Amino acid sequence: MTHSLTFPDVSVGDELPPLDVPLTSAVIVGGALASRDYTPVHHDSAAARAQGMQDVFMNILTTNGYLGRYVTDWAGPKARITALSVKLGAPNVVGDTMKMTGSVVSADADSGEIEVEVVGRNAWGNHAEGKVRVTLPKGA
Amino acid sequence: MPLSQAQKRELEAKMQEFVGLPISEPKPGRDAVNEPMIRQWCDAMADENPIYWDAAAAKEAGYDGVVAPPTMLQAWTMQGFEMAEGYDVPKNNEHRLHKLLTDHGYTSVVATNTDQGYTRYLAPGDVVTANTVIESISEEKATALGIGYFINTRTTFTDQDGDEVGWLTFRVLKFVPQQQPQAADDGGAGAAAAPGIIRPPMGHDNGWWWELVQDGVLAIQRCNGCGALHHPPRPMCNQCRSMDMGHVEASGRGTVHSFTVIRHPQFPGYDMPILAALIDLEEGTRIVSNVVDCRPEDVHIGMKVTCRIDEVEDGFKLPVFVPAG
Repeated sequence: MTHSLTFPDVSVGDELPPLDVPLTSAVIVGGALASRDYTPVHHDSAAARAQGMQDVFMNILTTNGYLGRYVTDWAGPKARITALSVKLGAPNVVGDTMKMTGSVVSADADSGEIEVEVVGRNAWGNHAEGKVRVTLPKGA
Repeated sequence: MPLSQAQKRELEAKMQEFVGLPISEPKPGRDAVNEPMIRQWCDAMADENPIYWDAAAAKEAGYDGVVAPPTMLQAWTMQGFEMAEGYDVPKNNEHRLHKLLTDHGYTSVVATNTDQGYTRYLAPGDVVTANTVIESISEEKATALGIGYFINTRTTFTDQDGDEVGWLTFRVLKFVPQQQPQAADDGGAGAAAAPGIIRPPMGHDNGWWWELVQDGVLAIQRCNGCGALHHPPRPMCNQCRSMDMGHVEASGRGTVHSFTVIRHPQFPGYDMPILAALIDLEEGTRIVSNVVDCRPEDVHIGMKVTCRIDEVEDGFKLPVFVPAG
């Protein structure tokens, strides 16, 4: 993954390759702890059930991490993330799969900044609706 | 036990005292930005971007060496292990605010929104300090998870030189959890059961009305004192103050008084979009319901509709309205 997209490579309407994220306990709990989020609902299924959920569910920092990763997987190491906006819906509970899709919704040639709309969908509906802004190299 | 209106006003006044306060003294993250935490994060996110792993690749991309994923910003100042202890003994203003709500029955919390800006990528050795202010608190809202309050905070992150490295706004819902349906019998080894619709509250004053719906009857409450019709059901007649209430069976014929097409938010468990309508029943009362078997572009004010009682989930019926044929 050393290849990086440059600004001229990208057009509004381009779609990112879809990504399926299996929501294993390792992903949910590992993501929570890697973000130092020890809130019990993200690692303790009894605490999650007391909150009305079937099992532990993803914390928002992990969602943010996946959104960032999804965009840079596509855009490459020279893409610089400048902003992220996320609206959370259906929780990502262990046992489900988050299906990520994305498309380019704006591109500003002066700054080289593009905006990618990303949706992460699970069995309940949309887990996350987000926008990620990245600056791409200007190219040749 | 639901709060009375007076208790709720008192709670809301106490909550508002937190607006504008910093959650605590600005506190640097426990550890400076470091490679082991970066790698642990990238493992969990399966993020193979080489600028987080390999100094040479990072240099090729224009950095001095390995950098941290920008979405990790918040992680550098998280409280970590002590978060598992909860806030029975509150340590800061945010805990005090959350505990206030927990003590009033709003026991659960979920993050719902965040907006973040990254001024620069952080590198090992950076010391990040978070400065967080409680920015606003919403009115009480009904949500798919339960009723609750949205709490908005704003955080500015600075480095060891006091320069801003990023910012974020964060919104959480502090809510009264409602019981989710149990997962279906071993349907897919712990797979999350699809959520159902939000059941209406069936209390002392309206439980009988819903029971009649379950028997296939659309009822209208009728005052036994003066004969006035009421919907939704209430304990006392607003015409003659009688508390002696009966009901009549509605014909089910009605007219769309007004409507809205709900496309967002997309609640789990609902088929979107939802045609929500205010229906004038021919008996003279008005009811909020859904128009079904009708395209959003076909519903209109003045449209004639007929009630149908649908079993929307196993063992639960709802009155809906269909275009009169």
